[in-house]
Amino acid sequence: MMRTLSYAQAIREALEQMLREDEKVFLIGQGVTSPWYVGATTTGLVDRFGSERVIDTPVSESGITGMAVGAALAGMRPVLVHPRLDFMYYAMDQLANHAANWHYMFGGQLSVPLTVWGIINRGGEQAAQHSQALQAVFMHLPGLKVVMPSTPYDAKGLLIAAIKDDNPVVFIDDRWLYDLSGEVPEEIYNVPLGKGIVRKRGADITIVSISYMATEALAAAAILTKRHIGAEVIDLRSLKPLDEAIILKSVKKTGRLIVADGGWKTGGIGAEIVSRVAEKAMIYLKAPPRRVALPDTPAPASRVLEECYYPKARDIVAAAAAIMQEGQ
Amino acid sequence: MTDTQAVPRATLKKMYAAMLRIRRFEEKVARLISLNEIICPCHLYIGQEAVAAGVCANLRQDDWVFSTHRSHGHYIAKGGGLKGLMAELYGKADGCSGGYGGSMHLAAPEIGLPGSSAIVAGTVPLAAGAALAFSLQKKDSVAVAFFGDGAVDEGVWYETLNFASLKKLPVIFICENNLYSTHMPLSACLADTAIAKKAAAFGMPGVCIDGNNAFEVYNTTQKAVADARRGKGPALIECLTYRWLGHVGPNDDLDKGLRGKKEVRAWMRKDPVNRLETELLKQRVISPDYKDKLAREIDAEIAAAYAFAQAAPYPDVKQAVGRVFK
Repeated sequence: MMRTLSYAQAIREALEQMLREDEKVFLIGQGVTSPWYVGATTTGLVDRFGSERVIDTPVSESGITGMAVGAALAGMRPVLVHPRLDFMYYAMDQLANHAANWHYMFGGQLSVPLTVWGIINRGGEQAAQHSQALQAVFMHLPGLKVVMPSTPYDAKGLLIAAIKDDNPVVFIDDRWLYDLSGEVPEEIYNVPLGKGIVRKRGADITIVSISYMATEALAAAAILTKRHIGAEVIDLRSLKPLDEAIILKSVKKTGRLIVADGGWKTGGIGAEIVSRVAEKAMIYLKAPPRRVALPDTPAPASRVLEECYYPKARDIVAAAAAIMQEGQ
Repeated sequence: MTDTQAVPRATLKKMYAAMLRIRRFEEKVARLISLNEIICPCHLYIGQEAVAAGVCANLRQDDWVFSTHRSHGHYIAKGGGLKGLMAELYGKADGCSGGYGGSMHLAAPEIGLPGSSAIVAGTVPLAAGAALAFSLQKKDSVAVAFFGDGAVDEGVWYETLNFASLKKLPVIFICENNLYSTHMPLSACLADTAIAKKAAAFGMPGVCIDGNNAFEVYNTTQKAVADARRGKGPALIECLTYRWLGHVGPNDDLDKGLRGKKEVRAWMRKDPVNRLETELLKQRVISPDYKDKLAREIDAEIAAAYAFAQAAPYPDVKQAVGRVFK
């Protein structure tokens, strides 16, 4: 029987094991020694590895990101945390212009083995500047890999894979997942970058989901089962490289597609996936695909507004019901 | 000129050769741009040679320099080959960035140049990050960030100086203050134009020196590099200098009315190459024969680089797409 850890504990274990395993790894960012910034994901690491390798920083997202890029060029494997994803807009120049371009721009001579870990902090009436899910922004940029684990097992395995990868990887997690528990092996293991996973088999409709929306998609699939609709739930895990094969294979079987993403609808992950399916598997579709995503609106504060702003299982169920009807 | 005795003769000769190599190479590049042979935008370094040469004469191969859009001088002074540089300006496969970078994006990791960035102030934090890596790796290497006065307008510059000083990182910040940020004079950009004084706000030493005096650049940097190697932290060195040509390309911008003829002429009288040459001849560090021989050797090297670049193949078009990840 494997032991169970929370999602946050799984991240902490990945960090601790990689700090122990590889002296090139160090952790840097705001709040890595704080009791509240990054949940329980870094608790005790500074006591174990010292403030040279667990570096709490001033609020200088651009500068610190640039320094992590420079350290990566100089042979280190930094893990850089941005505890509020919204503040990563400050880091965009260093990510987009520098980290992402460096390998290509110099003819492949150098690479940036950097893990940039950003945390989505929505909910709790935090409003527009503490709630943003920016995965589509990072996915758009050539030169960055982007991963979003939804289970404790994947959180540990993808973080380890990101740290071991020779390229800049943006690792995005969601605080709504932090208390989720699941089986996590004790050893160091990789979940490969660029590979999705089928979480539940089904013959009628494909639900491609990402990060926290994978849990909502599984809840929706359970409800759909009771209505005799077989939903196949894919947890994408990596946005870039994108596991196109797993999506196409499922859509060819079911002929119906929903993409469930916690980011904004326009120009979002759903737009990309629906386009790919249109380009490569449109003839298999029995009904128009649907996107379950955020409306093109910043996040509101009040809990009653939040309740209707964030998509949930019920929205996926409604989308599935509509597609099944259209496909008759 | 000051303090020439303190500088070893071999170092003086090395600095002089680097400055002459930069000057003659760039003069050739300017002609090639005018002939439309070189297409990629080149921000020429003529007039600022003493800074790159004076700083890099203090550095070892395992010290790293990060550069800017005006990067040819740093590449040459750090020891980069002219063939690789010229071929890069031609967009050829044998260029130092394989034809993927162009003038603004030069890299030669083997000589300690991990790259130059066209984003103003973009490499300032990268240099501090390399310095952080060196200190974690228990190496005594230092990192140098070259940047222009325009970089001081960027927020990331302040963030980096603060963190570098806070953590006593072995990084030297070299400001090449050539008085203009593209078309804008310094006084129109900065509320307080005393750049070196800004170091005090970070508890870091900051000095303003004559950037056209190679000795002064060498000596000032020598102390900063020694301190950084000993774990005493970073320093800011503001080098007052001047680019003879315009922001980009082979023209002088006088026709555009961005600066006055009088100002340009006054700075040309302070020619750093000529100044060092005169002093070294006077002090008999070099002889007129040596000088002529060196100039001929450099011209031959440039001619060879030119021929090499012309003959070099273009990159394989099949490699245009992809190769984004290692």
